Amino acid sequence: MMLSRVADRIYWMSRQMERAENMARILGVTSNLVLFASPGSQEKNLHAPLSITDSEEMFFERHDKLTLATLIDFLALDQKNPSSIYSCLKWARENAHAVRWQITSEMWETLNATWLELKGFKRKEIVDGDATRFFDWVKDRSHLFRGVTYGTIVRGEAFNFSRLGTHLERADNTARILDVKYHILLPRVEDVGGALDYYQWAALLRSVSSFETYRALYRDQIFPIKVAQLLILERRMPRSLAACFNQVCEALDRIEGQGDQAAQRLAHELLVRLTYADIEEIFQGGVHEYLEEVLTDIDTLGARIQRAYLGTV
Amino acid sequence: MPAPTPRQHYDEMYLPGRRAGKAAGRDQIGDPVREHYRPLVEWLQGMPPERVAEKRREADLLFHRIGITFAVYGEDAGAERLIPFDIVPRIIPLAEWEMLARGLKQRVTALNRFLHDIYHGQEILKAGVIPAEQVLTNEAYQVAMVGLDLPNRVYSQISGIDLIRHEDGNYYVLEDNLRTPSGVSYMLENRKMMMRLFPELFARQAVLPIEHYPGLLLDTLRAAAPREMREPTVVVLTPGQYNSAYFEHAFLAQQMGVELVEGADLFVKDGHVYMRTTGGRQRVDVIYRRIDDPYLDPLAFRPDSMLGVPGLLSVYRAGNVGLANAMGTGVADDKSTYPYVPDMIRFYLGEDPILNNVPTWQCKKPADYEHVMDNLAELVVKEVQGSGGYGMLIGPAATKEEIETFRTLIQANPANYIAQPTLSLSTCPTFVEQGIAPRHIDLRPFVLSGKDVKFVPGGLTRVALKDGSLVVNSSQGGGTKDTWVVE
Repeated sequence: MMLSRVADRIYWMSRQMERAENMARILGVTSNLVLFASPGSQEKNLHAPLSITDSEEMFFERHDKLTLATLIDFLALDQKNPSSIYSCLKWARENAHAVRWQITSEMWETLNATWLELKGFKRKEIVDGDATRFFDWVKDRSHLFRGVTYGTIVRGEAFNFSRLGTHLERADNTARILDVKYHILLPRVEDVGGALDYYQWAALLRSVSSFETYRALYRDQIFPIKVAQLLILERRMPRSLAACFNQVCEALDRIEGQGDQAAQRLAHELLVRLTYADIEEIFQGGVHEYLEEVLTDIDTLGARIQRAYLGTV
Repeated sequence: MPAPTPRQHYDEMYLPGRRAGKAAGRDQIGDPVREHYRPLVEWLQGMPPERVAEKRREADLLFHRIGITFAVYGEDAGAERLIPFDIVPRIIPLAEWEMLARGLKQRVTALNRFLHDIYHGQEILKAGVIPAEQVLTNEAYQVAMVGLDLPNRVYSQISGIDLIRHEDGNYYVLEDNLRTPSGVSYMLENRKMMMRLFPELFARQAVLPIEHYPGLLLDTLRAAAPREMREPTVVVLTPGQYNSAYFEHAFLAQQMGVELVEGADLFVKDGHVYMRTTGGRQRVDVIYRRIDDPYLDPLAFRPDSMLGVPGLLSVYRAGNVGLANAMGTGVADDKSTYPYVPDMIRFYLGEDPILNNVPTWQCKKPADYEHVMDNLAELVVKEVQGSGGYGMLIGPAATKEEIETFRTLIQANPANYIAQPTLSLSTCPTFVEQGIAPRHIDLRPFVLSGKDVKFVPGGLTRVALKDGSLVVNSSQGGGTKDTWVVE
């Protein structure tokens, strides 16, 4: 049993931390891709993060030109962009502040220290200089927060809602990253199998920390179908959709329920689909179409969780 | 601003006759240090200044990290500031504390008897000890409380009594806080910080523990349950995270292991109060409310209040929920009631007051009014309803314009003001930018009233960090110190 308002804060605190980490991953890979890209593909590379985050419109309201610097400025540091790393870290800390008595003091101190350290970074250094160091720092803080959470919090509702938020957000992100590669960065026919194509697939894997995992599990060249297999269906890979939904279901099962099981039903249905799906069939039907459907389901699931547990307060 | 009139202060650490201007760190043993401060002074002398500086930085960092901050009214929304923490503790010898403890118990008992009386038989008004109109027309008098019987007849479960030590060496009660007194979290965190920074100090002297306060508080709150029940559900009701004392609300809820709720988490149904949870509704038996009376129930009081719980008053009146503190306690800690507290003690308990009251002129009385107007430059003038050091004139430290502004204010509404002689708050050595220097301090012990009266030894010591300043409120640049009661 937990106050609905408190569960809501914990859930969003965890989502925001995960979102900050994913944004850092996306921007880190983009910075890399841009270095190697041909002038023609440059714009596509810079556009990808905006499509992943559905924020083209807002970006062009605030910037005339899309460059790596304006992109980083917008997605990492912009205080007005609610999905920027800055906003995520700010709101994660605000939410933690509101429930600091329901989480452990180490969790609160981690998020508070992250916020205080963030203010020590200089915009110029990040936008024009060594952004990688900043992205690595964000990932480190997220790892630290998750580690502190798992290492200190009581296995109860607070833990369940934190885990729920983290993995729902992560599933959302993995689906979006993969979709962008299929949809936006679709190579020209003559590039398929070429150096550029290879580089993009490798970058995609690195962005979800699974380049080494791919090698270890498949001991093979990088083939798009196997990348999809890894990121969609592979339970052993902790950022895959299947692994994320496994966690989402476990968390939902442990929450002491309200009668309405709408959220649970949808989550389990998704997990079953991901467990028994065949990657060849997904390919034939179109990966983009498949991921679109998953993203819609994630949205619906989020809304049902909000209604069932986090309620109207 | 002109310097305050120089006067003799009681120094908590040193006996009179010490050469002025000498830094405490460099004193030789044999200087007239008060006995209970000797172990500390010897330890301070052995500390290299670099280590002191390092420890002070460490304390700052820790407080920031833990987030012990308070929001400041009038600054940017959500602005947070650290309450400066001073590492030189304030020390009270046990015998002195025992006298204070007896006096606090006596005073708070009488105040609770008074509150029960004015909402029931009104014997004290009939006896003419306090003018009836003084009580019954008071803004804080809560008609809804008339005839309502409370568990153990306790109205103020948590009372903060502000004490100062005058140049004559005696303690005086400056004011009683019976609504939602705050500061106890700083008392507890300051001790934790001192033990973390300087564990060796606690080996030198037997400092009485205070860490059991949250347990005592929970017992006290459970005793406010409307009827006997095995484990009443207690919650702490906060206005929310932007309130200046939010840290304390969260801290106390966590330390007691109870829910911290906001008004919107609670609702009234079928004559009871419930909270909304992920598993459905759960009944609430006692609310430790940290919001003021007018905001508690928008149906009964301020309709624009977003902080309260619609219908709460009706549940309270029906005896289905306990509130700590009760509604309507403000009439007893009002500055216009303050002058009568010694009479209350005599009336209800038949005892002589142990703690001194500060002589007080009530501007609504013609003779007092004349005296105040003739001596504004010497007096401290306070608004009857003011708190937090706002709406206050300190005559000896004020400019001519400030004094004239207050003169006009008092003329317009004499009943809204009281005046007291400028008391010389005692001083305690304190780290400031130039090194160690004496700064003025006060003391707020927290008195808990449930089935009986309990407290932990000491209280919160607040210190005015500006040279010569007498305003210790954290909202106006005050700091805090750890407070030790030693055997």
